[in-house]
Order: sequence, then structure tokens, then C-alpha cells
Amino acid sequence: MTQTVKNTILFAIIALMIIYTGFEQSWNSALLIIAMGLISSIMALGVNLQWGFAGLFNVGIMGFVALGGLAAVLVSMKPTEGAWTTGGFAIVGALLLGAATVVAAVMLMKRMAPGMARTLAVIAVLVIGFFVFRAVLDPAVEAVEAISPAKTGYLGGLGLPVLISWPVGGLFAAGAAWLIGKTALGLRSDYLAIATLGIAEIIIAVLKNEDWLSRGVKNVIGLPRPVPYEIDLQNDPSFVERAAGFGFDPVEASTLWVKLLYIALFATVLIILLWMSQRALHSPWGRMLRAIRDNEVAAEAMGKDVTARHLQVFILGSAICGIAGAMMTTMDSQLTPGTYQPLRFTFLIWVMVIVGGSGNNFGAILGGFLIWFLWVQVEPMGLWLMNLITAGMADTSALKQHLIESAAHMRLLTMGMVLLLVLRFSPRGLIPER
Amino acid sequence: MDLLNAFIALSNYVLIPGIAYGSQLALGALGVTLVYGILRFSNFAHGDTMAMGTMATILVTWLFQSMGLSLGFLPTALLALPFGIAFAILLLLGTDKVVYKFYREQKAKPVILVIVSLGVTFIYNGITRFIIGADDQNFLDGQRFIMSARDFKEITGLKEGLAFKTTQGITIVTAIIVVVLLFWFLNKTRAGKSMRAYSDNEDLALLSGINPERVVMITWMIVAALATIAGTLYGLDKSFKPFTYFQLLLPIFAAAIVGGLGSPVGAIAGGFVIAFSEVTITYAWKKVLGYVMPEGLEPDGLVQLMSTDYKFAVSFVILLIVLLIKPTGLFKGKSV
Repeated sequence: MTQTVKNTILFAIIALMIIYTGFEQSWNSALLIIAMGLISSIMALGVNLQWGFAGLFNVGIMGFVALGGLAAVLVSMKPTEGAWTTGGFAIVGALLLGAATVVAAVMLMKRMAPGMARTLAVIAVLVIGFFVFRAVLDPAVEAVEAISPAKTGYLGGLGLPVLISWPVGGLFAAGAAWLIGKTALGLRSDYLAIATLGIAEIIIAVLKNEDWLSRGVKNVIGLPRPVPYEIDLQNDPSFVERAAGFGFDPVEASTLWVKLLYIALFATVLIILLWMSQRALHSPWGRMLRAIRDNEVAAEAMGKDVTARHLQVFILGSAICGIAGAMMTTMDSQLTPGTYQPLRFTFLIWVMVIVGGSGNNFGAILGGFLIWFLWVQVEPMGLWLMNLITAGMADTSALKQHLIESAAHMRLLTMGMVLLLVLRFSPRGLIPER
Repeated sequence: MDLLNAFIALSNYVLIPGIAYGSQLALGALGVTLVYGILRFSNFAHGDTMAMGTMATILVTWLFQSMGLSLGFLPTALLALPFGIAFAILLLLGTDKVVYKFYREQKAKPVILVIVSLGVTFIYNGITRFIIGADDQNFLDGQRFIMSARDFKEITGLKEGLAFKTTQGITIVTAIIVVVLLFWFLNKTRAGKSMRAYSDNEDLALLSGINPERVVMITWMIVAALATIAGTLYGLDKSFKPFTYFQLLLPIFAAAIVGGLGSPVGAIAGGFVIAFSEVTITYAWKKVLGYVMPEGLEPDGLVQLMSTDYKFAVSFVILLIVLLIKPTGLFKGKSV
């Protein structure tokens, strides 16, 4: 059996599982699994670029995904009336001041001779800069957050089409990745892991607390959509007629149609990114990256700039995660910082890459679909298992109630087990690197 | 100007909480640094090891409480702690046998071990939530304060109160005892010396007849004890919630790296550096400044540099600065 046949069979199995879900549960949930599977595959492609091509360990995927979500809000929401004039410009000014402070401190650090004077000067610049920054920022933030806090209370976005936010989300993530990569790359591999873990927590903390930016935990809801609304479709006589022609009632047909449109959009992005990743993999650049991954010392001796290549690929991979994050927020049409959990957005993607086959783009996509499918289905399966185990117990038994309530935590356990088992017994994954 | 009251306020809100939190971080960072020194990888499962050990302690505490056992004014959890440690030791030795040993024998790259430890993290996390749930658990009993703010005011007649919680006292005393024991063990006993030798130079240690599996076993046992103690103290002082323990990873790693990964003294110093930076930067200085500043110059605002929600940002920024300026850490860890 050739590799191609085997891969086709693997993808066919997943397709069958999703079709089975469609018949057994509902076509809506089957299409939702496909849509989220596409997004997961894109994230997995990004991580595969970092880990599979270059051997970089990034545990901050959640943060980059959330930045993409933020981009969706900032690009697509309507600007809040009066927010910019009351405080928006002051906030931007304050942020620029803050950036200028850091730049000034770095310049001083580089220009002055080392010694007591330099240390004092740098500290003075930072302290004074910080207080000026806060003095400008605080009143402006207060003014913005006071504008009908129940509905807006934030700056709002630019009111542009939401599709623009996808590349913008990539840019946001790339910026954060540059900051992290610049400091942590070139040191031990573990340091990148810890630094990315940290930046992810901080990005989520910012999203939760900076109400002027994206309403914090009050969530931004009702983002504009790139596809029509179900209710409009149901009121459209020609759509209802066509749906009836296929034997669907208008409500179900409209939900399915909207999901299909999303799937088409996501699939387009995935195909473009996959094509680019494949080209990158087989280009001299991709070979250089793998050479660096397999033997850093030898690659360096050949005159390759290891740290620069690592930085490049780290930024590219994170940007892909940012794009996927913007796409996901677009489909949810809301940004809810409280739902960003490292398990869901960092660890799960890692399981996808490792199970699918690190270093192989098709593997990442296979892993994306397979693991997302399991993630959705493990909870009902866990509940079913718990019901089976506790079937003999009395309904009032405390143990039975506890076990059934805890079934939701089965996900963590299952995903951890899957990762460890694959790493141990099939470390090259389902579709190994060629 | 009222320096005395200013100092009392400072101790109450910054110094004592900082020392207690610093001790907890230091114990956590010691565990991370030992695993790094001997097993040569960053153990992401450390936070959840702490959670598992603490969970065992809590369950035994509840058992004792239901049996009516108690330590008087001390929390019952101290009585349950040895059982928690025993559980954690069994857990870590079991994990090592089932999971880590394979990769050690393969001489896998450290980054593979880090990924493996991430997998272990989630299994531990799942088990913890499965057994005790994801919510806050309170298991503190006994007397709440060694000295309450009101008593202090009555005794001294000062305007500011100084509260000293029992858990803070226990944390500090326990941390001192544990650290003294650990350093005695590392520097004076044969097993401890073989651990240090193995950490310094593996090949040389093997040549001189040190059994690596024994060193690894002892390391895991010490790490289990440190993690359980750190976790229980943190849980007593604040509260026990599985997810918080996962989040503690960041300050703990920051502490270990600031001190220099692989250096026990560094881990302790790093713990206090991180704890005090966190507390001073997120504390609202209005009260203290109100006493210190001359009349009329008192601040109007809270004078809080950053809101407490950003405490992780503090450890993170310190971590970045150390990585940029001195990647080996304050006490010359072994890695760059």
C-alpha cells in the first residue's frame, strides 16, 4: 500500500465519521464539526510550521488566536460615537508615549557607557515615562468606558468588512511573536516555551481587563458577518422556494446554507495556506529549516543564520494562528475572552500536530479534523461511559452524581492520554514526514 | 510624617504577604530547579503536581476533620501533609516509571521531554478535576490569626493595624525548616552529594559508580515533597483551585530562571524577587504614601502601578529582562 493510498483512506475514514454524525445526530452539528475542523487545521498548519519544520516549541497558541479575535473586533465593529473625540486619541497618544519611553530606555542602554549613571538614567526614564503614561491614559480610559457602558463603553472598531480582519489578525499575532522571538530565541529551547506560555496569559489578561479596547469580560457580541443572516434567508421567497425544491424546511435550510458558506470561505483560506506551506516545505528555505532542526551546529557551520531563520518561522507560524483566531471569532460573531483556555487553544492544537504527524502539512490537517472530532464527541461518550458504570447504583448515591458531573473533565484526561500514547508508540504520527 | 504607621502599613500589606508568597514560590521553584538539574528538562507538570499533592492533603484533612482529629489552633492540614507527600511520591515515581523513563533511556532531546511533561500536566489536571472538581476548596481550620489587626491596635495604640495570619506564620516557619533540611541533605549526606555530582557532570558521576536510577528516584521523592508542601501552604494561605495551580507555573518558572535554572540558592532568591515585585507593583500605595509624604502632598489616587489582574505580567516582564540581560540568572545556572 503506497503512502498516497494510506493517506486517502485516513481522510476517507474521517469523512465517514462526520457523515455518520450527520445521519445520527444532525447535519448542523456535522457541518459545524467541518467548519471548526477547518479552523483547527489552519492552527495546526501554523504550529506544524514552527514545530515540524523548525523544532520550535510554542505553548502560547492561545494568545495568538486571541489576538486574531481582537483584530476581528477592531476591524469590523462600528466606531462608538464620540469615543474617539472624548478619549480615543488620548489613549493612542498615551500608548505612543509608553512605547517612546521603552524605546528611550533601550537607546540609553545602548548608547551610554555601562555603570551607575546608566542604570540610574534608565530607571529615571522608565519611572517618569510610566507616570506620564498613566496620567494621560487613566482619564481617557475612564471617559471612554463611561459612554453607555451597558452597550458599548469601548472605542469600537473601524467599521470595515470583517474579512479584512483575517490578515490583520495575522499581523497582530506576528507582532507579538516578534517581541517574544527576539528575546527568547537563540537561548535554550525551554525558554521559548516558558516565554510563550507567559505572553499567552498576559494577552488574555489584557483582553479581560482593558474594557476600552474590547469591553473585557462584558464581551463584544454581534460582529458583522461575511455571510447572510438566517432570518433574511427565511424571508427571502426565492431561497424558501429553492429549499423546498430540495425538500428542506426554510429554517433548517438557512442554518445549513450559512454554515456551508462559512465552510467555503474557510476551505479557501486553508487551501491557500496549504499550498504556500507545501511550497515552503519543498523550497530551499524549507530544506534549510529542516537542516537547522536536525543539526543546528552543522547548519551554523555552513553559514546559516539559525536565530534569524527561527525568528522568521516563528513569526510566520504565529501569524497563521492569528488568522485562524480571527476566522473563529468571525464565525462565532462574538469575542468572549473568558472562554480562552490553554487546554482548548494551546494543548489541543499540539495534540493535533503530533497525532497527525509533525513535519507533514497533510498530517496537520488530518490531525486537525480527527482531534476536533474527538474533542466534540468525547464528552457525550464520557457521559455515556459514566452512565454505564453507574447504572447499577441508586439514583440518589452521591458517588453516582459526582461521577456523572465529572464526566466533562474526561476531555483533559483523554487528550493527555492520546498525546502520551502517540508520542511513545508512534512518535512520527499518522502521516509521517517524508 | 508618620514613619512608624507607614512602616506598619507597609509590613501589613507588602512585607508579610510578600515573604509568605515568596516562600511558597521558592519551594515551588526549588522543585522545578531540581528536576532541571538532575533530569535536564523544564517540568511543565510541576504546577499540577502541586495540585495533586494538595488534593491528597485536602482529602485526608477532610477525613481527619470528620473523625474529629485536629491540631488545636493549627490547621488540621499539617497533620494530613505527610499523607499528601506520600501520595505525591508514589504518583511521581509511578509517572517516572510509566512515562519519563522511556525517554531517558532513549536519550531524547529535552524539548521532547517538555512536550511529554505537558501531556502529563493535562492528565494530572484531569484527574484532579475529576476527583475534587474545578471549584475553589476551603480546607483551612484552626485559629485564623496569630495577631489580628484589632489586637495589634489595642496593644500598641497605633492607628495602623498589623495582621499576622496563622497561615503566613506556618508558611514562613515551614519554608525555613524545609530549606534547611534540603541544604543539609544536598551538602552533607552521601545521597545528596551524589545528586549534586550527577547534576554537575553526568559522565564523571557515572564513572565514579553513582547509580543514576537511584539519583533520579531520590530527586522525584524530594520534588514530590517540595511540591506538596508548596501547594498545601499556598492553598491554606489563599485557596485551592486546580486552574490557579496551573497558572502558578509562570511565576515559579520565572523564579527559577531569575535565580538560574539548576541552582537551589537561586531558586529561593528568585522566588522572593518575583514575589516582592508582584506585590509592590500591584499594591495601592496610597496609604503608605499618605503617612510618609509631607502635609498637603498626599496622593489623591490609589498610586497602584498596575491592577492585580496583571500580576502575571510582572513575573513575565522580569523573566524577559533576565533573558535579555543575563540568561544564566543571578546565581549562574547551568544553561544558556
